[in-house]
Amino acid sequence: MIPGPFSYHRPASVADAVNLLSTLGDEARPLAGGHSLVPMMKLRLATPDHLVDLHGIAGLKGIRRDGSKIVIGAMTTQHELLASDEIAHSLPILHETALLIADPQVRYRGTIGGNLANGDPGNDLPALMLVLGAFYRLEGPGGGRDIAASEFYQGAYFTALEPGEILTSISIPAAAAGHGYAYEKLKRKVGDYATAAAAVVLTMAGGKIATCAIGLTNLHETPLLATDAANAVIGSSLDDASLRKAAAAAVAIMSPAADARGPVEYRKHVGGIMVTRALTRAAARAS
Amino acid sequence: MAKTHVTMKVNGAEVEGLVEPRTLLVHFIRENLLLTGTHIGCETTHCGACTVDIDGMSVKSCTMLAVQAEGSDITTIEGVANADGSLSALQEGFRMMHGLQCGFCTPGMILRAQRLLQENPSPTEAEIRMGISGNFCRCTGYQNIVRAIQYAADKINGVEFKEAAE
Repeated sequence: MIPGPFSYHRPASVADAVNLLSTLGDEARPLAGGHSLVPMMKLRLATPDHLVDLHGIAGLKGIRRDGSKIVIGAMTTQHELLASDEIAHSLPILHETALLIADPQVRYRGTIGGNLANGDPGNDLPALMLVLGAFYRLEGPGGGRDIAASEFYQGAYFTALEPGEILTSISIPAAAAGHGYAYEKLKRKVGDYATAAAAVVLTMAGGKIATCAIGLTNLHETPLLATDAANAVIGSSLDDASLRKAAAAAVAIMSPAADARGPVEYRKHVGGIMVTRALTRAAARAS
Repeated sequence: MAKTHVTMKVNGAEVEGLVEPRTLLVHFIRENLLLTGTHIGCETTHCGACTVDIDGMSVKSCTMLAVQAEGSDITTIEGVANADGSLSALQEGFRMMHGLQCGFCTPGMILRAQRLLQENPSPTEAEIRMGISGNFCRCTGYQNIVRAIQYAADKINGVEFKEAAE
């Protein structure tokens, strides 16, 4: 399988990339790691006339600490996330989740920016960004802007990105000291997208849950923040009744597609189980 | 579509060619360079048969454009033997441990395992299995592939290879 014909552009700056994407219009696509877009092009499900490869832009890579935030360049690969001591220390749930994305070869090329900006409901990192309260830096023909991850996802493959805009970096508040975390992903095999997955970050105080955020992957056309579910466990000691209430509140907002990963009822059912497991494991890790 | 001139280093030799932007790296390697040891399996980024080493990374060459490899340093299965032509530790391991049956996945497996052992010279069995989780084998059940990689790791580390008890 060979992609349809296209012109290849390799700009050396964000300004040049934005300029190319705005000038070339709808038939131009930015190319990050390429491990979603290139397979889609080979299947002719995507047929862009122009590819704007972001690999030539210095400064879109790297992980740095900025006060209480971790700033990650959009072209940072999942392999680089996994190799980062800063991520392992400040955002261990990002390390845990990146290890569950695809397989080693894909992680050498796949980028955090591509994973977040593609808007694929099956991608693992968007729900995590909702839970962590991340902000995305977008650069476009009208200048730059910051947008909360919670405002970014509008539908399957449909995001707040305006024509000509690209995601350049992600800013994530470092998780609280002593927090507990877990990403529970049910998948058919290594490398698969989630049948259902849940991300949990929480803090405990005096044996009770003080703060909690729960994110859901591939259980709706966008990633979801399960706020009612989180509220169901805050103030509790995560007893069985609270856990059941949380799982039920999470299931209530799920509307997964029926596909090869299972029918709707099954995916909602296992989605509730992922929430329960993630809460339990996160609480056990909290101090 | 206008063709683009690309240059890269493959198995230590400078190579060049004219490619369309849509030419996949694996096609450039097989059809322009006539290095047909790199196989095309699923063509959908799942199976890993097309794995090559690019600038220190294991990459599925069916999912990268040849133009993106401009200036890079690539190793394919044709470049893994020792300088004197003898088998590398991994090649020897696959031979000694019967790490292949039909052999279709073997070039990708060896390239991936070579990078794995450079990053983690003494992997556990679980680390080996996770490390090759992007490479499919439909014959062996992986058991002997894992043994082959353990054999190679021990040989490189200068320790005697002992098979784990069944």
